[in-house]
This record gives sequence, C-alpha cells and structure tokens, in this order.
Amino acid sequence: MAHVSLKDVTFAYPNGFVAIDHINIEIEKGENVAIVGQNGAGKTTTVKMCNGLLRPTKGDVKIGDMNTKDYTTAQVSRKVGYVFQNPDDQIFHSSVYDEVVFGPKMMKLANEKVEKQVDYALKITGMDVFKNENPYNLPLSTRKFITIAAIIAMDTEVMIFDEPTAGQDLEGNRRLSAILKELHHQGKTVITISHDMEFVVSNFERVIVMANKKVVTSGPPKKIFWDFPALEEAMLKQPYISQLCNSLNLGEGIIHLEEAVKAIKDRS
Amino acid sequence: MGIVIEFKDVSYSYPLTKEPSIKNLNCKLEKGKFYGVIGKNGSGKTTLCTLIRGFAPSFYQGVLEGQVLIEGKPTVDHGPGELSLKIGYVFQNPFNQISGVKETVFEEVAFGLENFGVPVDEIERRVIEVMELTKISHIAEKNPFELSGGQQQRVALASIIVLKPDILVIDEPTSQLDPEGTESVFEIIDALKREKKTIILVEHKIDLIAEYADDVMVLDNGEMIRFGPKQAILSDMSLLEHGIQLPQMAILGNELVKQGVKLDYIPITEKQAKEVIGRTLRKESV
Repeated sequence: MAHVSLKDVTFAYPNGFVAIDHINIEIEKGENVAIVGQNGAGKTTTVKMCNGLLRPTKGDVKIGDMNTKDYTTAQVSRKVGYVFQNPDDQIFHSSVYDEVVFGPKMMKLANEKVEKQVDYALKITGMDVFKNENPYNLPLSTRKFITIAAIIAMDTEVMIFDEPTAGQDLEGNRRLSAILKELHHQGKTVITISHDMEFVVSNFERVIVMANKKVVTSGPPKKIFWDFPALEEAMLKQPYISQLCNSLNLGEGIIHLEEAVKAIKDRS
Repeated sequence: MGIVIEFKDVSYSYPLTKEPSIKNLNCKLEKGKFYGVIGKNGSGKTTLCTLIRGFAPSFYQGVLEGQVLIEGKPTVDHGPGELSLKIGYVFQNPFNQISGVKETVFEEVAFGLENFGVPVDEIERRVIEVMELTKISHIAEKNPFELSGGQQQRVALASIIVLKPDILVIDEPTSQLDPEGTESVFEIIDALKREKKTIILVEHKIDLIAEYADDVMVLDNGEMIRFGPKQAILSDMSLLEHGIQLPQMAILGNELVKQGVKLDYIPITEKQAKEVIGRTLRKESV
C-alpha cells in the first residue's frame, strides 16, 4: 500500500476556483520525491491536502489507511509534517527553542522524548547555535531552517518541505541536501517542492511534474529532464548540464556534471 | 561612462551590533551598467543596497563612516524624497514593499506615480504598459495580498519600474518565482539596461548573473573580495571555498581542464560552453 495516496482528487476553493483537477499520486514509504512546476500549477494545494490543512472537494487523500476525510487536521498532522513556503506563516514563538519544542509538546510525548527529538532537530538543521535567539532577529533563509527543525522535532512519518531552496545560498543548499539524506536514511517519506532544477537533479529519486492543476508525469530525474513534451507543458527547462549535452548532441539522459565530463572526455 | 554611485571608505554598523555589516568599502559604479552582487547569506548584500538608497542610516540609524555618493552627492545630504526619484528600490520581501493601502494591483502600481503628482491619463498609460511588461495585466483587479509570493514579487517590481528611476536596486527579486518567471524577470532587467539604467541586483541564481550582468561584486563577511568584469570572477574556483556558488558551466569547464581536456577559456554560460567545448570536440581548439 502506498504511504501517501491521492485518488482522483479535485480541489476547489470556497469561491469556486478550481486549484486541482482530478489528480492521482502515489508515494511509497521511504520515498524521497520532488514536485516541480510553475507558480500556480497546484503544488502547494496538493501538499496541503496531504497533511489535512485542506480537504479534497472530490476524491480521497490517504496516509496509509487513514483517509484524511475522517480525521481532524490535528490528527493528520501527527503523521504528516508540513513546512510552510513562507516561514513567517509558521513561526509564532519568541525563541528558536520554544518554536521547535512546541510541536512535540503538543503531541504530549514524554519529556525525555521531547528533549531528545528537539536536540536532534536543532542539531541536524544547524539551528542549535541559535537556540536562544528570537527567530525574527535572524534572516529569512535561517528562519526557514527553524521551521524545518520544528517539523523534524515532531518526528512525523511523512515530511513535506515547500520550497526550502528559495533564497538559500550554497551552504544552505548543502545543508538541505544533508538533511534530506539523513531523513531518507531514517526511512522517512519526504515530499519537497522546488524551483531549483539543479537541486532536484542531485537530491531526489523521483520527480512529479505538475502543470495547470494536473499531474503531467512522474519518474526518475534522468527520464523527466529529457522528456521535452512534459517539460514544455510545465514550462520548465532542462538543468544547465543537460541543456549543454543536448545542444552538443552528447547523448540523452545526462543530468549530472560527472556524466557530462565523461561524455566530453570520451569524445575529445 | 560617468560614475553614478561611489563608495568612499564606507563602513556601516547597525544599531546595537559590535561588528560592522559593511567594512572599508571603496568602489565606483558606472552609469548604464548591470552589476550583480553575490555572496553568502549574511555577507552584507542587502546592507549594501540599503546604503545606496540611503535607508542606512536614515531609516535604520546605525553608524555610517565614509561616504556613499549618488551622482557626486552624499546620500545623507539628499532630502527624504530626493533619492526616491533617482533610485528605485525593490525589497527582498514583497510584503515590505506593497503599500497595504491599495485594494487592487492596478492601484498599487499607480501609487508611486500618484504621489509624484503625475497627470491621471499618463499614470494610466504607464501603469498599463508596465503591467504588460511584467506580465501582471491579468491580475490587475486582484488585491495584492491575495496573490502568491511569486506574483507579489512581480507587482513589487512593476511598482518600481513604473517610476522610471535612473538607478534600480533590486534585492533577490526571483526567490519565489518559478524558472520561467525568473527568466522573464531577467529579461525585464535586461530591457531596462538597454534603456541605460544602472542596475544593482542581488541574486543567488548565479547562472543567470553569468548570462545577464556586466560586472560582479562579491561580498564576504562585509568585505568586498572581488569586483570587476564577470568572466574572470565567475570562473575563479577559489570562491567556492568562500561559500559562493559558481555557474554550472564554469565548474564543468574547470573539471574538464583538470582532467586534461583542452579548452580555449573557461565558459561561464551555456552559450559559451557550447562554443568552447564544441571547438574542442571538433579539434579546432588552439
């Protein structure tokens, strides 16, 4: 059974605006997937349905055998953690520690367990050094890591990151990669929305492409970033390395720098 | 070309901070050039922007040493409205930009022109033109706060472009935009450059800086560690050690050279890479 499944899901906002139009997605336990697509394609609406913040107008969203229709958002969010696109929609405490400890405390875990999970979350996000700071004295890119820590501290089985790469520098991206790797290693199911194709290529085993309220296709990056009709429909470009290999006719399927180096060496 | 912005021994510290956010900065920026400002988060990029616009120290207070000259006159000697006519400033967070007093995108974009006392028919003409350029015509009647982050970034940019300032300071305008939207913002900035505007752009998307900017300024811990034409700077691999991302094509080019492939120069854009690696593959390399 899929860990996260959306079956024939449609979502319309109360004013009648349809944001998601009959989509099907299945994500297995322990999978590490990226969702890509234009602004307004429906990515955020999709993931908000996965943690119960939004309910489908039609169709079913299930986490394991739990249909989100039959449970409260609080119940669903114990299984699915969602890191908001804008950290300021999420942060409401006056210290980093208080922000991160809030989730596990609300889950009424034993004190010892709360401490352990909070320490772990602060450590792997690098936020331990800011433990006593006010989040609003820190830059936006750091506040994003605070919100990531807050979700990791809840130790949910599914974690969703909405555009964590926005505004990150080289070190921030490296840190995100390390976090994703660690969560994958722990067997977490992780869903990440990103506009950074270079980041997507090097961090995910599967990519779901969305366009115009629908899922266009999904598959490994190697396939997706050479699927020109799908890229065109979603108004996406190949990663720079693939663009170059395409224009030099170095063979299809190249997405990594090392592969490009090898292909060029072989030909020169 | 004339110098429009000059930093003379500039150091600046925010209130209640021990270490300056900008240290001993000396440089001259020429009219009509497009400058890309890069560096790690916290390296002083946004502070540099606020110094040009005069927000530091006029709004943020703090201690300014040395002088920031705009067309030869120190920012601190400008009247409050004077710099806003010369310099358009697009904030990193569109929330800080959008006025909050206007109910539609159209009115929001028109707001600055209204304050400048521009005649109504000219306001309408200019707003319609800029909304088309920035691709927000279809959301003209929407409330700015109902928009997505990416759309808000476009509205913020439009509300500044419409004022036609000679200098544009733009702080990470694409952080929440999809790749297509990001390209279109760079195309808009490129069009402004052709109108001889001076552009200072803070941006992490280094591959686009490599394609569009003229010169690059690299900040590290408040200090300017590189300044000049982009080609040499963006192919300097030692910058990676300062936590500064370099273009994919420059990293590829360096790796190829390291592994014994002959290249006439290190490319920084896809177009250059296609040209220079293509030459090597056709054995035309010199």
